[in-house]
Amino acid sequence: MSAQWDIISQQGYQFFGKMSASISHEIKNTLAIISENVGLLQDFLAMAEKGKPLDQKRLRSLSEKVMDQVRRADHIVRDLNRFAHSADEAVTSVDVTDMVRFLSSLCRRLASMRGITLDPKPSSKPLTIETNPFLLENLVWLCLDFAMDATGEENKLSIICEKAQRGARIRFTGLKGLRAASATIFPDNPVKVLLQALEAELHVDNEAEEITLTLPGNRAP
Amino acid sequence: MKIRVLIVDDEEQFVEALAERLSIRDYEVTTSFSGQDAVEKVKGYNFDVVILDVVMPGMDGIAALREIKNIKPLTEVIMLTGHATVETAIDGMKLGAYDYLLKPCETEDLVTKINKAQSRKAEQEERIREAKVKEIISSPRSVLKDS
Repeated sequence: MSAQWDIISQQGYQFFGKMSASISHEIKNTLAIISENVGLLQDFLAMAEKGKPLDQKRLRSLSEKVMDQVRRADHIVRDLNRFAHSADEAVTSVDVTDMVRFLSSLCRRLASMRGITLDPKPSSKPLTIETNPFLLENLVWLCLDFAMDATGEENKLSIICEKAQRGARIRFTGLKGLRAASATIFPDNPVKVLLQALEAELHVDNEAEEITLTLPGNRAP
Repeated sequence: MKIRVLIVDDEEQFVEALAERLSIRDYEVTTSFSGQDAVEKVKGYNFDVVILDVVMPGMDGIAALREIKNIKPLTEVIMLTGHATVETAIDGMKLGAYDYLLKPCETEDLVTKINKAQSRKAEQEERIREAKVKEIISSPRSVLKDS
């Protein structure tokens, strides 16, 4: 039992570290854009002091670009804040569709670095389960991480949320390279431990080229 | 003659703003949004300095640096990096990059490094020219070697 929680803890640290690093990199990029655009504004002002007239259209466009980046950074920080708070409670109500959409947003840059577009497809009905939100996010991330290596040439990964008999189901589809990728490496030990902790099930379907994660409606405390 | 600069980063707005700022400072600026595109541009033109982001989708900065140094060894490269990738930028210097800067950077720091990098390139080119002249003088027939 202790060994299981050691693995979960280790995975948790790595997951948190990876997401935090990606988020901080994205914030840096946003700050760099703001810095260059404000610098450009300063350049125009310096030129105006030497007699060159200011182009108002240009200034308006620059200020809009800066505001766009401020909004982008705000969105990124909100995601970080939500991610940090997902560790607040051991068991709580989780809207699976909303969680998948949130995690796709959080992982968007990491996916983009690998040339992959994430396409979360929400359920038409509410999909709420009682579970550990941080562990669930960690498990879904590990599935995403593997699935991104299994998209083959498609480079687009669809994530479908749907109701299951006693809970919810998340399907990672469009995995053209699944047969070549899965071999014996997935699910690996960390995934198995998280599946056990969340009382979830994982099914790798090479024929359908998809991975299915089935989650119980209520996890035992 | 204007210093010829290629800026490479997948963040288009960053590249466009920086390109305009360097143009105002009288550099001849070309932009690229990927490592692969940058390599193609380097094949077709003699840039003095390439400003190269470390982390990019597809061909990353280190892979692009290797290609650039292979195609145009004298072209100087300045790596642009966030904090966590400083070690990667230093690895880049071991592979021949001139220097690195952290993002966001002060434009005047970047301009100083661009000017120094271009000076180094110009010195290398001058040394090569002198060596070729010495070779011709010491062995006039050597001119015929390449014809």
